[in-house]
Amino acid sequence: METIEATLAAHPFFQGMTPQHLAEIAACGRRVQFNADDFLCREDEEALDFYVIISGSVSVEIFSARRGPLTTTTVEEGEVLGWLWFEKPYHWHLDARARQVTRVVALGVEALKAKCEADRDLGYDLMKRYAHYLAVQFRVSKLQLVDMYGT
Amino acid sequence: MAPEPEKPTSRLPEPDGLLLPHLFRVESRHRETADTFTLTMTPSGSGSEWPFAPGQFNMLTAFGIGEVPISISGDPAEPQRLIHTIRAVGAATRHLCKLGRGDLVGVRGPFGTAWPVKEAEGRDLVFVAGGLGLAPLRPAIYHALANRPAYGNIEIIYGARSPQDMLYFRELKGWRGRFDARVHVTVDAAPPEWRGRVGVVTKVIDLARFDPPHTVALMCGPGVMMRFTVQGLMARGVEPDNIYVSMERNMQCGLGLCGHCQLGPVFICKDGPVFPFSRIKDWFAKREV
Repeated sequence: METIEATLAAHPFFQGMTPQHLAEIAACGRRVQFNADDFLCREDEEALDFYVIISGSVSVEIFSARRGPLTTTTVEEGEVLGWLWFEKPYHWHLDARARQVTRVVALGVEALKAKCEADRDLGYDLMKRYAHYLAVQFRVSKLQLVDMYGT
Repeated sequence: MAPEPEKPTSRLPEPDGLLLPHLFRVESRHRETADTFTLTMTPSGSGSEWPFAPGQFNMLTAFGIGEVPISISGDPAEPQRLIHTIRAVGAATRHLCKLGRGDLVGVRGPFGTAWPVKEAEGRDLVFVAGGLGLAPLRPAIYHALANRPAYGNIEIIYGARSPQDMLYFRELKGWRGRFDARVHVTVDAAPPEWRGRVGVVTKVIDLARFDPPHTVALMCGPGVMMRFTVQGLMARGVEPDNIYVSMERNMQCGLGLCGHCQLGPVFICKDGPVFPFSRIKDWFAKREV
């Protein structure tokens, strides 16, 4: 079976990362498989993992008492899930549910933070990637807000 | 006997398609979404074909109400049927969307520039459509799929507000079912039963498979979408000369005479509606025009 390190090396989020940093991150990871309708996380739960989506599809949902779960975005193979695991109180803000069998590498947030503190080069590299990811998410969210297709 | 004085005769001028509309009869009307309909029409008088190039548009007359520019959305290989997809947003389009089998429509055209489907041969083709923007792209997609060996990868990216707002649903499924083209559909918001992607079109650009230096991108959709899609394509390395956009705004005469559609130095109806992005980039996002 492919090592977690090799799986991460092939993932777009970690593209170009040094083998040494990949090895450190892989040490925080474990493989998890979710079946359709399993929740990867629920609103207000503690954020224990940062998910690297290897295959499958996840819907990110906001629950409305009147309208039920509303899908705000989907996260697919090649993307990552986990918004604010660097920020207190380390709680999930939304629900995320597998839409089909979905395989991920779950990176333990506590271990990851410790690695970043111990190795600032690794921390900076990861933060740069994370900042880019967040910038893209913000841009996409703004476009969704303007209702581009409105007449 | 003196010859009878010649009677003055009045004859209707022959339709020329430029200033006088040809008459077409509605064969069928298909509801695409709550406010968007596709009319299939055939010539009512002389002539049995209406040849056009993918990307061109016609001026459609709703008699007694007005005239509107509408992109041709049918197959250029079937010029005997004229197909237009129309969203009911004003008096003339609302009237056109209510027409039924046998009703008459005036047609002037075809006008405007075409998608560069010939020039794109040998390249990867990326179609990016948003909302109603799939209608003017559909003839180019038909052409590309009918001439599939002439192109590299074909990627069709389509975004809509919701699953209910998608055009040509069955056709999208058909294209997706082919093994020689990839179709990416995304919506801005969806109910839980929607199994497709949720997110904006620009996010999908990164997933499309194409070789940027050898890619031609054809795009039509709302201005905001096109602006950000151009950025996304250029970030991946597609040259501005190889990005084509269809600008459809304020067209009224179709001949470049009235000036309503002027965008900087060009008239959309006469010089467009299809432009290489490099030609209009200075005017593309200008707020004052």
